[in-house]
Amino acid sequence: MNVLLDNFALFREGFLGTVELTALSGAIALVLGVVIAAFRVSPVPPLRYFGAAWVTLLRNTPLTLLFFIAVLVLPRLGMNTWSFFQLAVLALSCYTSAFICEAVRSGINTVSLGQAEAARSLGMTFTQTLRLIILPQATRTVLPPIGSLLIALAKNSAIAGGFSVFELFSVQKTLSEQGYNIFLIFLWVAIAYLIITFFISAVFRFLETRLAVAR
Amino acid sequence: MTEVSATDLVVLKDVNKHFGALHVLQDIDLTIARGEVVVVIGPSGSGKSTLCRAINRLETIDSGHITIDDKPLPAEGKELARLRADVGMVFQSFNLFAHRTVLENVTLGQIKVRKTDKKAAEEKARTLLDRVGVGNQADKYPAQLSGGQQQRVAIARALAMDPKVMLFDEPTSALDPEMINEVLEVMQQLARDGMTMIVVTHEMGFARSAANRVVFMADGRIVEQATPDQFFSNPRSDRAKDFLSKILHH
Ligand SMILES: Nc1ncnc2c1ncn2[C@@H]1O[C@H](COP(=O)(O)OP(=O)(O)O)[C@@H](O)[C@H]1O
Ligand SMILES: [Mg+2]
Repeated sequence: MNVLLDNFALFREGFLGTVELTALSGAIALVLGVVIAAFRVSPVPPLRYFGAAWVTLLRNTPLTLLFFIAVLVLPRLGMNTWSFFQLAVLALSCYTSAFICEAVRSGINTVSLGQAEAARSLGMTFTQTLRLIILPQATRTVLPPIGSLLIALAKNSAIAGGFSVFELFSVQKTLSEQGYNIFLIFLWVAIAYLIITFFISAVFRFLETRLAVAR
Repeated sequence: MTEVSATDLVVLKDVNKHFGALHVLQDIDLTIARGEVVVVIGPSGSGKSTLCRAINRLETIDSGHITIDDKPLPAEGKELARLRADVGMVFQSFNLFAHRTVLENVTLGQIKVRKTDKKAAEEKARTLLDRVGVGNQADKYPAQLSGGQQQRVAIARALAMDPKVMLFDEPTSALDPEMINEVLEVMQQLARDGMTMIVVTHEMGFARSAANRVVFMADGRIVEQATPDQFFSNPRSDRAKDFLSKILHH
């Protein structure tokens, strides 16, 4: 019997679960990461403190612990209408945003101070300076580390399988309970993860070359 | 006590600034009239750049008052941004936006800050680029231009905001000798057109031909102010005599 063909629907469901988790959490983490990075370089001290606290807290907490908090604690604090999937996305995107924030911030630091000073002397506000002058120039240095962070996110999303979200890793549990060869199951699960991570790498390589051409 | 004449555009009163223990600006009193061209000169580290940067609040001051067109410098935020749009600044290192074309460098401030529509902004940018002699470089990126051309674009970028006053912080110090004059000529023309200018420079020729007044700074203080003729031929302070003997010797 063939593990993959016999259970193709199950594999597909798991695969799509991982893709959804990764894509949604990735998109939210990107937006959140850029916003928190902006906080961290802002001239307003409370925003800077908030940004620093966000990064310190989320970057230094094990992801599994964040999942426990999201799935077990938050519903008791009033978020009881959220599904497991939504709570998993919340945990994954907050966690990843802390790392993306730091990658973006290090990119911002590679842009010379004179660029920001020139923008400010023209009368641009802080947000305009960041959006129009600094971030576009930081993008090229920031792309490779962000690509790696999204690959890590795809793999980290497996933890959601342990918290009642159906994704690739849960396929393994279901099938091994049905008595399939565990090595074969793992092989196919691993290949499915590779498809996702190779896709992310390819997208980022494409973006990098495009930016290189556009200088 | 403070009599503000209608012609005064930039007024610094009792301005003090420290960098840690270093007292970089000490009791600075300086008034610049509308249409006046003031050259600031002095040894390295005397606080000339800090003075320039304090006028558009790229540096904050510890005490004293700075007004531009009778309005005190706002603390932060939108107000400050609005004021900065009225004060043009030209840096030693040009600081053109590296990811934008020459034309975009000159239109960006007009479009995003002055809310001019794109077509009018481009028209004005092209006129200004022609005026500083780089009209044919409009579609290139800054890195493709020589230093002298970049600095002239930077001047056009500042002029595009219709500033009330222009600050120049050693605009020719980073340039190869053969490019200095093309930038100075643009600045001279600007002075003749009546622009109010504060220029940190060691270019005597420019000071003599374009400046109404020379301000000599040393150790964070204004030591001496005079017309260029008086200052260069007959400096009063020992610090100025010493400084001039050093720079006139090469
Ligand atoms: N951001 C800063 N932090 C600390 N010290 C500074 C800073 N900027 C300038 N200084 C110091 O302040 C003094 C005056 O600097 P500056 O205004 O650049 O002088 P100038 O332009 O006349 O050469 C120098 O001793 C310089 O080292
Ligand atoms: Mg200087």
